[in-house]
Amino acid sequence: MKRVKLAEIAHARSGDKGDGSNVGLIAYSDRGFEILREQVTVERVKAHFAKICLGSVKRYEIPNLKALNFILGDSLGGGGTESIKTDAQGKTHGMAMLEMEIEVPADFQR
Amino acid sequence: MSKSIRIGNGQGFWGDSIDAPVRLLRGGPIDYITMDYLAEVTMSIMQRQKLKNPDRGYAHDFVAFIDKVLPELVERNVKVIANAGGVNPEACQKALMDVAAKHGLKGVKIAIVTGDDILDRLEPFNAQGEKFANMDTGEGLFDQKRDILSANVYAPTNGIVEALDQGAQIVVTGRGTDPGLVLGPMIHEFGWDWADWDKLALGTVAGHILECGAQCTGGNFTNWQEVPNMADIGYPIVEVNDKGEVVITKHDSQGGLVTIDTVSEQLLYEMGDPNDYITPDCVVDFTSIQLEDLGNNRVAVKGVKGKPKTDFYKVSISYLNGFKATGQLTVSGPDAYAKARKCADILWARLEAAGYSYADKMTEFLGVGVCHDGIRHQEDPPEVVMRVGVKDQDRKKVDRFGKEIAPLVTSGPPGVTGFAGGRPKAQEIVAYWPALLRKELIDVHVDVSEV
Repeated sequence: MKRVKLAEIAHARSGDKGDGSNVGLIAYSDRGFEILREQVTVERVKAHFAKICLGSVKRYEIPNLKALNFILGDSLGGGGTESIKTDAQGKTHGMAMLEMEIEVPADFQR
Repeated sequence: MSKSIRIGNGQGFWGDSIDAPVRLLRGGPIDYITMDYLAEVTMSIMQRQKLKNPDRGYAHDFVAFIDKVLPELVERNVKVIANAGGVNPEACQKALMDVAAKHGLKGVKIAIVTGDDILDRLEPFNAQGEKFANMDTGEGLFDQKRDILSANVYAPTNGIVEALDQGAQIVVTGRGTDPGLVLGPMIHEFGWDWADWDKLALGTVAGHILECGAQCTGGNFTNWQEVPNMADIGYPIVEVNDKGEVVITKHDSQGGLVTIDTVSEQLLYEMGDPNDYITPDCVVDFTSIQLEDLGNNRVAVKGVKGKPKTDFYKVSISYLNGFKATGQLTVSGPDAYAKARKCADILWARLEAAGYSYADKMTEFLGVGVCHDGIRHQEDPPEVVMRVGVKDQDRKKVDRFGKEIAPLVTSGPPGVTGFAGGRPKAQEIVAYWPALLRKELIDVHVDVSEV
């Protein structure tokens, strides 16, 4: 096994959902999607975004798109129009997700 | 012979590229151009404009666009559907009629779809027992006094279809759903049944993919290095035919990238529960969508499953919720981060000493790792931007905060710069209140005028 960043096996996009953000995480391959399913758990995502996401994390599976969708509750400092944070709309949370490290087989290719 | 149409989206939000719809029109074959101008906060801005001047309260950019291209639209029979009406579709229609007359055109039909604006009906609805409970918190809208600025339901798509059925060249709406701008012409062209949930869902998914403009053609794409000619990025087009086949594409002559990857990212954008994507027209199951890459920037959308619509419309209410201000300074090294932290400490200490406290205050050190706080961190960058902000119900207190930033340049650590644009002033915080309303309380109206 080797440790790689999520960016090696998936791509992402994020945006706002009230006072939370959503992060769509999409695997490049079916094998990659199985790794996302196993390793990118609600607990790991909450720990990864510990300083950003102050609420709870929800996870949805969209297997037809090889994707997971996460809702990061209370992560925008009041939401789109009320927040005074630089990233008031969670636009950068997708790229932040791709920094997470996961384990893949040594011969894994995306 | 099989019939096929091309619908493009030339505007993803108010503030999107002014040239995009023109490039969409002139870049190749197109039958419909849709344009989305309305965000939650936009309605409140337009409401303010209308209070000052009854002829305003809609997207002026849209009228300027139509003025630029109307003869071309008429000649090529390209129809335009836009939610540019804001809180004053009637005034927008009048301005468009004036534009048509100015160009000496005859027989051009310009329609407005109204009925979404319920600002004046909130009190009567309340008297009838409608609570407008906040969808996030459950709190009732009238549980305490609020300075409400605007209130609109997300109207269904039947108004757009009716306007097109009556021969409108331009359809202007108030608040509707963004995907409805794309779904409308499909129903008009192909006569889809209002209870054919799979078809309505298919058109809604196409609309969702298109609604943020270039975000499905390579904009905001993770693998941005792969996107050809982003400066001339093509805005999205959906091709749909009478067999119900849907393909997402763009003009061949323009830049950008349409692949399963770029389309998938946009499908997930601002997604909640993928099993139930609720619009006024239907409920879509996003876990049913199949994408197929046909090559040459063409992606087919298949297999979409829909479910019956719900009994409620979503209502978007905006209200005034205090004031905010933000400001920033650039702090150069050596020890940029340490000096920036010192600047922030001094600023908050001075405000406290002057007797000011705030409902909420915020300090960021851009360059050290703000967007990815706790994930990526750089302890000693060559420079740091200190960004500070406050929120409070008291406008004067917020204005006072804005006066405390510039003094740091001369009375704090050395090498501090980047104070430009004057003292930050208090800005109104327009807050957003999502609620539901029973559908039978709302009627959509269509008015078609001919030059």
